[in-house]
Amino acid sequence: MEQIVTAIGAKYNYIVYVILMMIGLYAMIVKSNLVKKIIGMNIFQTSIILFYVSTAYKTGKTIPIVPYQGHDAVHAADYINPLPHVLMLTAIVVSVATLGVALSLAMKIYRQYGTLEEDDINENLRSEEGK
Amino acid sequence: MVQHLPALLVVVPLLTALSVSALSWLAPRLCLPLTFGCLGFSLASSVGILMEVIASGPVVYTMGGWSSPIGIVYVIDYLSAPILVVVTAVALINLVASSKQIDRDFSDKKGTFYTLYILFVTGMVGIVATGDAFNLYVLLEIAALTGYSLIGLGQPRAPLSSLNYLFIGTIGASFYLLGVGYLYIATGSLNMADLARFIAMPEHSSSTMVMFAFIICMTGLFTKMGLFPLHGWLPNAYSHASPASSALLAPLTTKVMIYAMIRVCLYVFTPAYVFGTLQISNAIVWIAVAAIVVGSLLALTQKSLFKMLTYIVIAEVGYMVGGFFLGNRMGITGSALHIINDAAMTLCLFLAAGAITYRTKSDSFSDLKGIFKRMPFTMTAFTIGALAVIGIPPTCGFFSKWYLIIGGINAGHYGFAAALIFSSLVNAVLFFRIFEIAYFQSPGDSKDHHHHGHHRHKDKMVEAPLSMLIPLMITALSLIVLGIYTGDIVTHVIQAAIPGVIS
Repeated sequence: MEQIVTAIGAKYNYIVYVILMMIGLYAMIVKSNLVKKIIGMNIFQTSIILFYVSTAYKTGKTIPIVPYQGHDAVHAADYINPLPHVLMLTAIVVSVATLGVALSLAMKIYRQYGTLEEDDINENLRSEEGK
Repeated sequence: MVQHLPALLVVVPLLTALSVSALSWLAPRLCLPLTFGCLGFSLASSVGILMEVIASGPVVYTMGGWSSPIGIVYVIDYLSAPILVVVTAVALINLVASSKQIDRDFSDKKGTFYTLYILFVTGMVGIVATGDAFNLYVLLEIAALTGYSLIGLGQPRAPLSSLNYLFIGTIGASFYLLGVGYLYIATGSLNMADLARFIAMPEHSSSTMVMFAFIICMTGLFTKMGLFPLHGWLPNAYSHASPASSALLAPLTTKVMIYAMIRVCLYVFTPAYVFGTLQISNAIVWIAVAAIVVGSLLALTQKSLFKMLTYIVIAEVGYMVGGFFLGNRMGITGSALHIINDAAMTLCLFLAAGAITYRTKSDSFSDLKGIFKRMPFTMTAFTIGALAVIGIPPTCGFFSKWYLIIGGINAGHYGFAAALIFSSLVNAVLFFRIFEIAYFQSPGDSKDHHHHGHHRHKDKMVEAPLSMLIPLMITALSLIVLGIYTGDIVTHVIQAAIPGVIS
């Protein structure tokens, strides 16, 4: 029991990211409102950003900038790994772009059917096919 | 100039996309020539690179002069060079063939369409050329986002299908990103060659983290390529899009994702790890068998041309994934060869279906009656495409299927070989049913309320415009040419692409 608690304490960032990811997936699968699905998608993407950034963190270490009078942060063990942060800048841009495309598609759908509820849209489509 | 071709392949389309977007305000008439010129350049330079690769081995380009493990490299080897040619050729042929369709469907948004079109090609070319695992994700998303938009431009049900595709596609790409993250934690590298070096070490090949990275990367790529049971987004997205978009997306997206799978398996995780250490390939071949059988059976139940073709695409994904995970030389050869052949076959069928819907404004089977008399050239090309999908020599489809079946038998996986033969038979039924409708049934059969003059008008030839017919004919011809030159393609290119450790 004690071992489990320490394991959770040491790796809580992974647990948080998995929880966030599952919340996102749940919203994308279960919610019928398209905007809620899009929000779920965004939470899902954010959880991966959290995962990357948290893996770079080292307790008590400094930022990866060599100071002017140079007394620390020259050895890799002394500073926080900047690479995952940089990768995630790109991933944030991608997720914003995805959000933009998703919202504009949702707008098009709303103009067409007058609703964002998936059930209503499906009913609409079924009655169209029945004609 | 020439040594910078690998970078220019991605940079030129990227910059052209921006200029096309600006030009659509200033001089809209210049958009099409500029797009055409850009894709022509891409095709010419990828053919040039292919020649160089065949002559003097793989080309490695270091971006900004930063060498391999630190900087981003573009690697064009025996596997990526032919796929590059296929991607750019499909894009160029479809642009010419679809220009009339684009004029009609997107008259007020032509600039936007061309911009997205070039950006999509940029993403696809980048995926093929890159040698960096994270760069692959970024280009994957460039191609995917433009793909969603290209589909969403269609009418009227396309936005909803596109949004569903976007949800699934984002999950797929995010899973891939997550897998790359775990690989980075385990090895501290993102360069593919460097990763392969690390994974070959015993402490990494036995680590559960690398195994998890493999599983989650593959799940992401399988979602992106529409492997059954993750194929849900594919049929609606491709059949509701405008034919101009679907004839670009259907041949390229799934095939390039399969290329990415092969690259990640062979050149990141290494064959010894994927086929040896992990006891997973047999299970994936059985999933592929299910994809082939279910895709073929669902294709049988469809009542419209485009829907049927999309289910054939799903079955073909099963061919390539299954062939690759057989893990022997024959199977992987067949799989790589089928990427090239299937892109050409799918393009041919989608272009023909696009030409038919351009004239008849409908793609349901009941509107295909007598279409052979009205559009003889289009239907000839369609027939060649159909024969290639069924797998009748000398069309290219026969040869890749031959390699796949031999691979299945060599690996002792008779289920896979049986599924391929079953699928070929189902394809034969599918297409001969269409020939029956299109050749033997006359259009007036069920519609006797039409007066006589109108009836005769329906038998007149209303062939598709020449700008559609010529590219379609070239594609149909290429199916036979690819079939005849299969031996050369396999010995000079594909055999060299497969690592020597695979027997």
